[in-house]
Amino acid sequence: MLRRSALFMPGNNPAMLLSASILGSDCIIFDLEDSVSLNQKDSARLLVKHAIETLDFGNVEVVVRINPVSSQEWKQDLREIVPVYPDAIMIPKACKEDVEEIERFIFEIEEEKQLTKKVKLMIIVETAYGIETIVETLRCSRRIECVLLGAEDLTTDLGIKRTKEGHEIDYARAKVAMAARAFSIQAMDTPFTDVEDREGLVKDTLHAKSLGFSAKACIHPNQIDAVHAVFDPTQSEIDAAIEILEERDRALALGLGVFSIHGKMIDLPVIQRAQNIVDLARKTGKRK
Amino acid sequence: MRIEKPAQAGTLESNDIYVQILPNPREEIEIRLKSVVMLQFGKQIRQVAMQTLNEKGITSCILNLEDKGALDYTIRARIESAVERSLC
Repeated sequence: MLRRSALFMPGNNPAMLLSASILGSDCIIFDLEDSVSLNQKDSARLLVKHAIETLDFGNVEVVVRINPVSSQEWKQDLREIVPVYPDAIMIPKACKEDVEEIERFIFEIEEEKQLTKKVKLMIIVETAYGIETIVETLRCSRRIECVLLGAEDLTTDLGIKRTKEGHEIDYARAKVAMAARAFSIQAMDTPFTDVEDREGLVKDTLHAKSLGFSAKACIHPNQIDAVHAVFDPTQSEIDAAIEILEERDRALALGLGVFSIHGKMIDLPVIQRAQNIVDLARKTGKRK
Repeated sequence: MRIEKPAQAGTLESNDIYVQILPNPREEIEIRLKSVVMLQFGKQIRQVAMQTLNEKGITSCILNLEDKGALDYTIRARIESAVERSLC
């Protein structure tokens, strides 16, 4: 599944739920947590449940962010949402202990309701403890498909100021990207919070990409195109990758293990990178 | 099951519906509907409301609905919310 962008949408807003699938994001996250006030949690989960049951979201991945284990709401969130088959459940403030507890409860629901498809997990690491124990967390469940860095809560937890430049989260970004890669799990970057600053968004996304992130969370539909533009391969990258794969095929036919293009030796990691670019180009429709 | 305690759910925002559920002294369901699309969908909204109340086992209540163009699933969700809030 193609996942370059994930758009957060408040779970208690019918108009927004209705437009979710046409905004261009690869993934939508219906939020039952921060964007829903305490006295509307019950109503939001029923609305999201009925929306998922009723609406056709096409190829858009549907994720529901539940309330954290520290709240009174998370079990009821799961009881209502898991049986209607969202693509994934997003766990806020994730750590190993919470993920294990949530997975056990999901398993009980799946058994009780005899659900035919197991729901995936996405986790948000957004505390110092979550960052420092991320390897244990990623190891504890095979359902985890994606890990999102939550910089707003993290900087609050650290008692430091969040800046546009983002130097204060460099360590966390590197740690999340590296740990995710180690488990072949996708790393998704924290949202860029100034929705009017497209240039800043592009710069921030490029920086995240350079560290190993392959997706970015969005908090406004106007951020989606810019994020896709950063993560989509350029035409020159696609052309170069195709050339490498064609030369590889020729070398294989001749029984050569190593070959060169324009004087540069091509080895396995370069071939793998080229294949990744072509695969991504196919998914985005840039190459058939 | 009778509704004994008033409760409400939803909003007056576009695509939503504001639901108020109240005790009815009579053993019946009375639906009072205001809608921006009354002419086109009034009958359908009443049907969805009645079906949702039946599914929740409600036999007596007054249901005030102020609809701002909500789809069926939103109407269902908001009525369920109001019923559950009333019963808790």
